[in-house]
Amino acid sequence: MIEGRSGPWETVIGLEVHAQVVSKAKLFSGAATDFGAEPNTQVSPVDAAFPGMLPVINRFCVEQAVKTGLGLDAEIKLESVFDRKNYFYPDLPPGYQISQYQQPVVGHGKVVLDMPDGTAREIGITRLHLEQDAGKSLHDQHPTQTYVDLNRAGVALMEIVSEPDLRSADEAAIYLRKLRSILRYLGTCDGNMEQGSLRCDCNVSVRRPGEPYGIRCEIKNLNSVRYVMQAIEFEARRQIDILEEGGTIEQQTRLFDAGRGITRPMRSKEEAHDYRYFPDPDLLPLMLDPEWVARLRAELPELPDAKKARFVSEHGLSPDDAAVLVADKETALFFERVAAGRDPKAAANWVTGDLFAVLNRRGVGIEQSPVSAEELGGLIDLIADGTISGRLAKEVFAEMVASGADPATIVEAKGLRQVTDSEAIEAVIDAVLAAQTDKVAEYRAGRDKLYGFFVGQIMRATQGKANPALVNDLLKKKLAG
Amino acid sequence: MALDKAAVAHIAALARIRLTEAELEPLADELSHILTWVEQLNEVDTSGVAPMASAAVTSLPMRNDDVTDGGCRQDILSNAPRTARGFFVVPKVVE
Amino acid sequence: MSDSSLLALTLAEARDGLARKFFSAHELTLAYNEAVTEIEPLNAYITPTPEPALEMADAADQRLARGEALPLDGIPIAVKDLYCTKGVLTTAASHILDGFHPPYESTVTDRLWQSGAVMLGKTNLDEFAMGSSSTTSYYGPTENPWRRPDDNRPLVPGGSSGGSAAAVAARAALAATGTDTGGSIRQPASFCGIVGLKPTYGRCSRWGVVAYASSLDHPGPMTRTVRDAAILLRAMAGNDPRDSTSAPVPVPDFEAALTGDIRGVRVGIPKEYRADGMPSEIEGLWRQGAEWLRSAGAQPVEISLPMTKYALQAYYIIAPAEASSNLARYDGVRFGLRVEGNSLDEMYELTRAAGFGAEVCRRVMIGTYVLSAGYYDAYYLKAQRVRALIARDFAAAFESVDCLLTPTAPSAAFAIDENTEDPIAMYLNDLFTVPANLAGVPAISVPAGLSAGGLPLGLQITGRAFDEETVLRVAAVLESAAQFRHVPSFVAGGRA
Repeated sequence: MIEGRSGPWETVIGLEVHAQVVSKAKLFSGAATDFGAEPNTQVSPVDAAFPGMLPVINRFCVEQAVKTGLGLDAEIKLESVFDRKNYFYPDLPPGYQISQYQQPVVGHGKVVLDMPDGTAREIGITRLHLEQDAGKSLHDQHPTQTYVDLNRAGVALMEIVSEPDLRSADEAAIYLRKLRSILRYLGTCDGNMEQGSLRCDCNVSVRRPGEPYGIRCEIKNLNSVRYVMQAIEFEARRQIDILEEGGTIEQQTRLFDAGRGITRPMRSKEEAHDYRYFPDPDLLPLMLDPEWVARLRAELPELPDAKKARFVSEHGLSPDDAAVLVADKETALFFERVAAGRDPKAAANWVTGDLFAVLNRRGVGIEQSPVSAEELGGLIDLIADGTISGRLAKEVFAEMVASGADPATIVEAKGLRQVTDSEAIEAVIDAVLAAQTDKVAEYRAGRDKLYGFFVGQIMRATQGKANPALVNDLLKKKLAG
Repeated sequence: MALDKAAVAHIAALARIRLTEAELEPLADELSHILTWVEQLNEVDTSGVAPMASAAVTSLPMRNDDVTDGGCRQDILSNAPRTARGFFVVPKVVE
Repeated sequence: MSDSSLLALTLAEARDGLARKFFSAHELTLAYNEAVTEIEPLNAYITPTPEPALEMADAADQRLARGEALPLDGIPIAVKDLYCTKGVLTTAASHILDGFHPPYESTVTDRLWQSGAVMLGKTNLDEFAMGSSSTTSYYGPTENPWRRPDDNRPLVPGGSSGGSAAAVAARAALAATGTDTGGSIRQPASFCGIVGLKPTYGRCSRWGVVAYASSLDHPGPMTRTVRDAAILLRAMAGNDPRDSTSAPVPVPDFEAALTGDIRGVRVGIPKEYRADGMPSEIEGLWRQGAEWLRSAGAQPVEISLPMTKYALQAYYIIAPAEASSNLARYDGVRFGLRVEGNSLDEMYELTRAAGFGAEVCRRVMIGTYVLSAGYYDAYYLKAQRVRALIARDFAAAFESVDCLLTPTAPSAAFAIDENTEDPIAMYLNDLFTVPANLAGVPAISVPAGLSAGGLPLGLQITGRAFDEETVLRVAAVLESAAQFRHVPSFVAGGRA
């Protein structure tokens, strides 16, 4: 709820996400889809809408859309239709986009959000359909000209429309992250918002709690979660201010100005588009074989929700730790490799604690981790078999990060092997206590705090290598007299 | 259906065809004439008849996910009235 | 062999003559190149290609000499300027495609060149195939090589494949490719006294053919004889994985279907084609046609196609609708004419206004309207439902008959300046041809006689989907009975 001058307001948000399909070739042509190529080098005459050119659909793109629908727990429509959405723009060469209007390939589904308070919240998916991406118009290359690159024209997009179930910018962010995670788990979209493979349009309206939906505005082309949140917050405020003044919301499409953190109406004369949808006569209805769909369902990878539940039940992780580990597919895989044949809780602690700290400091993802899963596992083994203490392990880890060397090598090179020889430890303890007779007397007289001091001295004398448990054992005995 | 000049102007805008003021009236007459003629279809009882979008007999053929095209920038740009540095060039669009 | 006798040969005869080395491909093409120049007054060609033609002919001669002849080696063909030909100007007879040199070859013409055929040039047509007279071309009207004996006014060759029809009729092409969306192969064939075949939808690939109305466009052959059409269709046809509407069916040897035997073939005579005010000579020719077929052992029987009278209106909703979308790509950005503007939209509007002719504008506007919000159901969807009923009519008819016999056009060729201002009067030229486009069934026009005014009249045979064999077989019998030996007043090489 947002507190207005005259009472609380509820924000109602629906997100339309355009996810670029991971595939080698485009949706209706054989041109490549790689990011960052030289302009107009990945363009077929079909993409450029030359006279006489015709579309032929890429089976794999259909497969990716169906897998995504299955991953969203959605209804797969065995018959769907491609329609032409007609409008003029330089990065839309044919003057129409091949999309799906009345009969999309995927129907109702849902996404479950893991809320910060530990609850689960279900957000409805209205539909998912396949459509062509447009090319790129560059308006900043020349004072009076726009430059057009058609490399992206024709790349397959999945448009994923949520129900207007989101109620805050935070929720929208959680939804977007969850959706992105699911897409990456499925391998159907790489979810890279900076590169534009995941784009988000927001529909925002406000209402008094309990009242019907208000008039909404659409905010287009937000390419980061942060911008999504900022845009929603600004827009909700803007609408509330208008309504509290007694005004009405004008239904319009707006752009987010990242520099100023505001939304503003589009400058071009945005008369309501009449897209004149009709079934594309160059294509036929898409008919899916139910057995093919069933096979795809059976072959789906384990998705975040299922993986999280399994981490909790099989590995005994806390739901919070599990949630953190499954949020990103690569992280989950990394963790599982570390945890294989080891104490999963230890693995979870090292990954979410020390490793994440390093990754955050370096600003990289787990794919760029300086420490491999095998190496981290090796370190945990060395602790488990008593070769090094937990405390020294942190030092070893820091060295692994800095030098890239493996733990065993570092331990040997630095001579960090834990000392577990009782006699040797006893000798050290005797020496330390002998040098601190006054403090020993004080301890025996009741100053318990000095215990830690003795431990510190012993550790210093052994360069930290004494096995702590043994130290405690023997020290206590010696102090007891 | 009788179309007036405003309707014709609207259609022309949708179709991105510039019409002069003088052209609007005669075109409105012509188009109205044609539309009235095609409206004879309203005589036909089509209840329960599914629309026929195509005479094609096949199911939608699909292609493999292989890169078989593109990489021919010269072909793509060679007919363009205006290009620059590998791009198509159009008057600037303001958003 | 003299030029005029060379030019008088049919495709089958020329194929034979080349095989038997009566003449070379080079000689044949040379004769045709001259013919192309000779008929310039008809304005049948937009872009003759005499030098490439000779190169192709020479290559054919080499293969013929090695005994490795391809099916159409050395056969000079004219190509309707709607087919994209690699590196050769392709205009669709429109100003908006000024200077367009496609970097690709259409599937159908590629098949022809792979079969050894020779390209004489690109022929004139109604702009973007929209018309029945070939008078809407940016390059000026094409004239029919036929004229009325008593009146010297130039006549239309029909449309939209008027250039191809005129070239073949005037013996300045041995055969030609055309496209038929509402009758654009058959009606000009009828007006020019030649054979024109619209195959089944999907029989010939549309890839590389400038699209007018995607669900109605049919590439097909235009020839002097039915046998020639069978030969040419076999070379043009075939499934194309680049065209999603292309039919995945094998191509039969259509020539082998010309057995001459039509005993027992049931020929439907649709009573609804007896339109009000139909000229009696056309009705007379139609009856004569039925008699010819009966004499050959076929069984004419009256049938009903009740939806016939609505076919034109359904067509003039669906075709413009699809065209309005197909022609949106002509915007001055990537090819063709550009008229500069102060803004992007101004550039679009000025380019398209300058680049499109009046008929194209009219149809794009109609099409935009019938698809627009609030009108889609009433017009486009309604027309699609009527289309389904028309297809049903044919399906029902073909349960009791094997083919249909009708006139091709409601009149003979009319004068170019008779071209009325009323677009609907022009649309009525397609009355008998349009239903086959809506249903996608094959249909052929065969020259059957002369009008009282001395101009060709065609009869049309329509058949079941993918049964071009029956259509061709019956058409050949009709052709044989009609013995249409008339030659137009203007013919290259003079009347042999």
